[in-house]
Amino acid sequence: MTAPKTLYDKIWDAHLVDESDDGTCLLYIDRHLVHEVTSPQAFEGLRMTGRKVRAPEKTIAVPDHNVPTTPGRETRIENAESRIQVDALDKNARDFGIHYYPVADVRQGIVHIIGPEQGWTLPGMTIVCGDSHTATHGAFGALAHGIGTSEVEHVLATQTLIQSKSKNMKVEITGKLSPGVTAKDITLAVIGKIGTAGGTGHVIEYCGEAIRDLSMEGRMTVCNMAIEAGARAGLIAPDEKTFDYVRGRPHAPKGAVWEAAMAYWKTLFSDEGAHFDKVVTIRGEDIAPVVTWGTSPEDVLPITAEVPDPASFPGGKSGAAKRSLEYMGLKPGMKLTDIKVDAVFIGSCTNGRIEDLRAAAEILKGRKLAPGVRGMVVPGSGLVRLQAEEEGLAEIFIDAGFEWRLAGCSMCLGMNPDQLAPGERCAGTSNRNFEGRMGRGGRTHLMSPVMAAAAAVTGHLTDVRELMAETA
Amino acid sequence: MEKFTKITGIAAPMPLVNIDTDMIIPKQFLKTIKRTGLGVNLFDEMRYDEQGNEKPDFVLNKPQYRDAQILIAGDNFGCGSSREHAPWALLDFGIRAVVSTSYADIFFNNCFKNGILPIILPEDQVQYLMDDASKGANARITVDLESQTVTASDGTTFAFEVEPFRKHCLLNGLDDIGLTLEKADKIDAFEDKAKQLFPWA
Ligand code: SF4
Repeated sequence: MTAPKTLYDKIWDAHLVDESDDGTCLLYIDRHLVHEVTSPQAFEGLRMTGRKVRAPEKTIAVPDHNVPTTPGRETRIENAESRIQVDALDKNARDFGIHYYPVADVRQGIVHIIGPEQGWTLPGMTIVCGDSHTATHGAFGALAHGIGTSEVEHVLATQTLIQSKSKNMKVEITGKLSPGVTAKDITLAVIGKIGTAGGTGHVIEYCGEAIRDLSMEGRMTVCNMAIEAGARAGLIAPDEKTFDYVRGRPHAPKGAVWEAAMAYWKTLFSDEGAHFDKVVTIRGEDIAPVVTWGTSPEDVLPITAEVPDPASFPGGKSGAAKRSLEYMGLKPGMKLTDIKVDAVFIGSCTNGRIEDLRAAAEILKGRKLAPGVRGMVVPGSGLVRLQAEEEGLAEIFIDAGFEWRLAGCSMCLGMNPDQLAPGERCAGTSNRNFEGRMGRGGRTHLMSPVMAAAAAVTGHLTDVRELMAETA
Repeated sequence: MEKFTKITGIAAPMPLVNIDTDMIIPKQFLKTIKRTGLGVNLFDEMRYDEQGNEKPDFVLNKPQYRDAQILIAGDNFGCGSSREHAPWALLDFGIRAVVSTSYADIFFNNCFKNGILPIILPEDQVQYLMDDASKGANARITVDLESQTVTASDGTTFAFEVEPFRKHCLLNGLDDIGLTLEKADKIDAFEDKAKQLFPWA
């Protein structure tokens, strides 16, 4: 009998091409996702060395990071540098014969949203992209992680990646979530508990009843932020929900191949007794709607709390907290719900899927943006946008006073024109609250779509449960 | 890739924890399609004010640290995005080695691909080097990859670990794509097998 394996062990073993004596491994890559910002130097490298893309049929490219989210972008992108990057991707996709979704294609969107949407992302696969939030695809029980540009070039040329194996970490969320608490609160609560380096050197497998209960969209939100906990990847074992999501997608297997795939996918779980190097357990009932107050995703507190005192942090963290509060323009002891916002951003690969828009619209229905607050909704893909329009969600956002944008990364990293001005404060559904992330001097509070919608309505950080009580 | 064997140089102290890649190279500089030229924008928002003038109190703007080749930094250096522009910017500025207690995975990997050596040492040793680096330009620190040691200006030496394969590539300035392509037959064999086992992939 073989020793019990974790889900990570199983996927790893199934993709091992070679192992050297010193433990360095060559891992086969099933899907390689490419976007305009981290790929130009990799393609340039291929050209310089006369190398080809080894498996163009497994390589998918889409421009998302710095495309504008306003109409007219198909014909002309104003910013010259962005245009050069998008043009370079156009050309590279054509020259090397890889799958490509140009801005004009309705299927264009954030790379981590369209991978699953188009059925490129399947359980048990290895998936890489020159982007740290590749962890998102782990929601399907795929080993997915971000790589640097040199590694992008390596995968393009060899369809493999040089890797050393990570450790196994289990994060179990037991029981049920309370009303108003979402996948985003789970993932932020985990980072708040273990810290941004808590998962370093590990692959996290999320499990437990609260994770099982999540939709595929919610699971993607959870895995998306595994990287924010320092982990190389996040994983969730596939189940019926996973298969239902995948079935019938354009690039999902069909017929007899589908049946064979299903039979294999059902073996993808951590065996009873498999060894985890680290285990963290959180009770679902103990998770409240949370927000971040500082400039690191680990600066997480329940919305009912107050801005912490830097002096209460140990050692080096105290200085970081002080710097955070100065940057965020906050005083220790003030109630989080007293923090006023200037902008609300709903979107990103963390929370730009249809379910996220439905949840936010539910809160916004019949309500308006608070005076002086600017609201922006950026669907994660052209297809999410279309569906939201068909379901009448777009109308709710527009009636509430939100801008209804075209798909892309947008304000999540502020590479395109969607940015905060210095000192502006935003309630955002994205994944990073770093200094300057949404624009130089901009201040970001991370939260779930319903919490962002609540802040939009009141003009300050708000416990969404109060608004839910009003409508109930 | 440039080889890394041994350097002796000025070390700049950056006692902040969680220095993320957005700080190392803000996104407005990711729009390049080249690997070089990013050094002037290294730590841009910490280094320059809104008008683009240097902030005199930022460590790399101080006369004694302008030629730093080594960074001594707080925990979890390089967290955040996968942008390889971060090591490109460090390298372009002239940084060849970083010392910290821990790094984010992707950043750590990216360093090795670009001839930068990220060294992990325990907290007290990082602190020792941080104090040493704070003495300014006279405090030259030596990093020797062959012997896997860091030596402070007073001769105190600390040993560090590095994976043999990464050490080999760095010492010889090897391009790992070339090395992997030598294993093409193994990749072919894997693909043949995978076609049978996982035809959907
Ligand atoms: S939405 Fe944000 S986090 Fe996601 S891929 Fe785009 S920039 Fe990265």
